[in-house]
Amino acid sequence: MDWRRSTFGAAIAIPVIALLAFGMTRDPRDIPSPLPGRDAPDFTLASFGSAEPSGAGRADSVHLGALRGDVVVVNVWASWCLACRDEHPVLREVGSRYAGTDVHFLGVLYNDNVNNGRRWIREMGGQSYPALEDPGARTAIDYGVYGVPETFFVGRDGRVAYKHTGPITESVLLAKIEELRKVQPVASAASPRPPASP
Amino acid sequence: MSARWEHALFAVVLLATPVAAQQSMPAPPSASVAGDSVLERETRAVASQLRCPVCQGLSIEDSPSELSQQMRALVREQLRAGRSPDDVKGYFVSKYGEWILLSPPAHGVNTLIYALPLLALVAGGTVVAVIVRRWTRGAKPVEM
Repeated sequence: MDWRRSTFGAAIAIPVIALLAFGMTRDPRDIPSPLPGRDAPDFTLASFGSAEPSGAGRADSVHLGALRGDVVVVNVWASWCLACRDEHPVLREVGSRYAGTDVHFLGVLYNDNVNNGRRWIREMGGQSYPALEDPGARTAIDYGVYGVPETFFVGRDGRVAYKHTGPITESVLLAKIEELRKVQPVASAASPRPPASP
Repeated sequence: MSARWEHALFAVVLLATPVAAQQSMPAPPSASVAGDSVLERETRAVASQLRCPVCQGLSIEDSPSELSQQMRALVREQLRAGRSPDDVKGYFVSKYGEWILLSPPAHGVNTLIYALPLLALVAGGTVVAVIVRRWTRGAKPVEM
């Protein structure tokens, strides 16, 4: 085989192999979200679980827009989701640590029955933040949800700062929250509460 | 009852049947029904271009998943509200990215998806042409 033929073969084979190797490093289920950096889609959802006295709206519903100026963690979950069991103790624990501060946790039930959701929360030892129902998965679709659990971090400016797919860990949760808390509140008519230690 | 009366009664029933049947027949398709069929057709057209996020290579039109059904309902609702098919697709792209389109638009890196198969075909054809040419050039003519 002469060198020209070898070079020609390599010139074709190497890019193809490189492309396949790159493909192997990618998770086809991990869909890049266009939401980070954009305004978080607003919602008002009925609450069926415990609700913190956050001023987010009536005790039986939560309006995301009312929390502007604070940091909001929106977790999308379901009682049929096994991975949600893994992350729930972390969310419950960190959520209770931040209760009454400028950080709010919201749990949006995805394609599930409210009674199942309520029963699941009881089984899992309760929840320190509101559980919200999402009829027709309208809010989930608005957030580009394709699987659960997914967690969205909304900054004080009302924009989605980060999206986490899959069960979230305590270190990621705390790191993202503290990163967003450092950002100064946006000037608005409603004076946000000063940050308090969790 | 005489046979004559029986025949008369039978004739009355026969004559009355089409009238009754006409009254019980559904009304001719109204504008709203026609509008609904247009809406359904548009919904199917848009839904068949959107990828089911929880399936492998299926559109939300073909997928029986709950999320696809909910997305189809949203497509229908937005079309009914007067949004154009492009607006509806734009809404889903703004939520899921261009990944949600089964046929991504041919711009930027996406162009490669359309260009590479064509380039591969041209390259393959060239290689085959060169090889065939060499073979035919090297072959000795058959002596008669």
